[in-house]
Amino acid sequence: MTAAMRWPVPLLLCALALSGCGQPASNGKTVIKIGSASPLTGPQAHLGKDNENGAQLAVDEINAAGLTIGGKPCQLQLLAEDDQADPKTATTVAQQLADDGVAGVVGHLNSGATIPAAKVYSDAGIPQISPSSTATAYTRLGFRTAFRVMSNDAQQGGVLGQYAVQTLGARRIAIIDDRTAYGQGLADEFARAAGAAGAQIVAREYTTDHATDFLAILTSIKAQDPQLVFFGGMDPQAGPLARQMRQIGLNAQLLGGDGMQTEQFIRLAGNAATGAIASTPGLPLATMPGGRQFESRFTARFGPVQNYAPYAYDAVYVLVDAMKRAGSADPARYLAQLPSTDYQGVTGRIRFDAHGDLSSGNITLYKVEGGHWVPLQTLHSHS
Amino acid sequence: MDILVQQLINGLVLGSVYALIALGYTMVYGILELINFAHGEITMIGAMIAVATIGALSGGALPIPVILFTGLVAAMAGCMALGYVIERIAYRPLRHAPRLAPLITAIGVSIVLQNIAMLIWGRQYIAFPPVLPQGWHTLLGARITDLQVAILVTALVLMLVLDLLVHRTRLGRAMRATAQSIPLAGLMGINGNRIISITFLIGSALAAISGFMVSAYYGLAHYYMGFLLGLKAFSAAVLGGIGNIRGAMLGGLLLGIIESLGAGYIGTLTHGVIGSNYQDVFAFFVLITVLILRPSGLLGAPATDRA
Repeated sequence: MTAAMRWPVPLLLCALALSGCGQPASNGKTVIKIGSASPLTGPQAHLGKDNENGAQLAVDEINAAGLTIGGKPCQLQLLAEDDQADPKTATTVAQQLADDGVAGVVGHLNSGATIPAAKVYSDAGIPQISPSSTATAYTRLGFRTAFRVMSNDAQQGGVLGQYAVQTLGARRIAIIDDRTAYGQGLADEFARAAGAAGAQIVAREYTTDHATDFLAILTSIKAQDPQLVFFGGMDPQAGPLARQMRQIGLNAQLLGGDGMQTEQFIRLAGNAATGAIASTPGLPLATMPGGRQFESRFTARFGPVQNYAPYAYDAVYVLVDAMKRAGSADPARYLAQLPSTDYQGVTGRIRFDAHGDLSSGNITLYKVEGGHWVPLQTLHSHS
Repeated sequence: MDILVQQLINGLVLGSVYALIALGYTMVYGILELINFAHGEITMIGAMIAVATIGALSGGALPIPVILFTGLVAAMAGCMALGYVIERIAYRPLRHAPRLAPLITAIGVSIVLQNIAMLIWGRQYIAFPPVLPQGWHTLLGARITDLQVAILVTALVLMLVLDLLVHRTRLGRAMRATAQSIPLAGLMGINGNRIISITFLIGSALAAISGFMVSAYYGLAHYYMGFLLGLKAFSAAVLGGIGNIRGAMLGGLLLGIIESLGAGYIGTLTHGVIGSNYQDVFAFFVLITVLILRPSGLLGAPATDRA
């Protein structure tokens, strides 16, 4: 190679980088960076890692199959960041991902982290798909970049509220939430729907997302003699909560959302998990269109699916689908294609409404029987 | 009525655990004037070792009491070794350094321990194996479980034994002398380093027992559990008067009861304006009030009665 030939190569690289296609990898393919943001440390690290693994699986499969966008061979690279489930850290991590030049972000896990980070991604013009945040507020902030592949709390809480009253026949209901955007949002929507269906909310108690002692609030609740206790929060709290209900002899039906519908909840609650009911947006993994195959591929690499991995997996495919249709991985170009997404994913058919929410979501109810979550029925929600 | 009794029982059990951990803070502070921030993490390591040991044994043919006892002994041995090593490598070289240096080191040690635990046992909450008795009794219309009785009795016996040890034995007298002045106690033939090591051993053993009890009580253990537990126990020690052993016991029991009653009644008392999510705020509000009125804590006395 002559000296004259050496110059154009770096120039070409610069031009490619400026066009938003990222840098070529050593094998000549253009690298497209996808960000994954979730808690990788702290009490919810198992759920955060699960999301990262889901996204990683999608990235690896897409790379293995070969990706061509706008006629150019491309390669995905996942940048996983730890937001510690903390709103402040989430914005720092979001800024970092934006500075690293990611083309899109799958995240965050928690609504409390997703919402403040959404502003950062919106300012940077980077599309964000949350695989698991359900707080209604997330898609109501007016950001064009905010999407999710999960039913929201208004959809889930509303379905749960009606179910508690109409199907379970509860007239006296106590509500506990963990004061996070997720827990509070879900509990508020539940309270509204249950109240509208004719139930009486006899107690409204609160805890935190680090607590393990609920005896005090459960004792107050027991004095109100409720038929059903609704918990808005995650499994590290729901497990001990179920145990302590049993311990003080509070014999009410325990009902919760997707944060509680995990294997970890059953492990932590032990015998006390039996009979608990919780919902998860979407379909059971086994009845998802591609659930069985996803589970075997995922389990072979990372161990059991915790909860949201299939959604993180689909989120990567949705981003890539929009890139393919736009013929570009430049966020400014392919963002316009995201609202018209109609993608058949592992978790179901993904289409977005005007807010960036799923235009129709399934919500499935499960009950713990014999140490496992057994699907009861799937209800339908509309945004 | 039975609700009030139930809240008192809940608070008393919680408080007795706080008290045991608070003793570790207060004993070390009494002698070294060091706030050993790693103490909460030692409690966590105790819980982790206990849960891991019991989990490993519970599939076998051993009777349950033997399994539980082995778990407890393993936790105590592990924590005592850990406490001894930490004092030797992290605190002793800084004995004559400015007071801020060992304090920062203590925070560093606690972060190191958290991360070691995360690497060994992972990030998930670990469930306590279901080997515990599930029975319960009725007391004045409230429910007290066998486990609660066991925790309360064990904690109270341990506190009594420790109080006797410090106030009635030669070793206790040596500890109290060292608390007053390490060099002067040295002139009386007391090996200060040995007493300090023994103090760390006793504190760590109590932390291991507390960790075992907490994980059994809530049915789980987690690498991060030491942080809040340590903070609460430290507050209990301050509430009772840090450096004072009976103060730590009183502070622990009071903090547990205040927290329980606070969380149970704060919503009703304020007509829902302040909810039970403020239970920690309520406990710390009481702590601040006490410290304003009695800056040295409830039983905080001048330096003579520290150990």
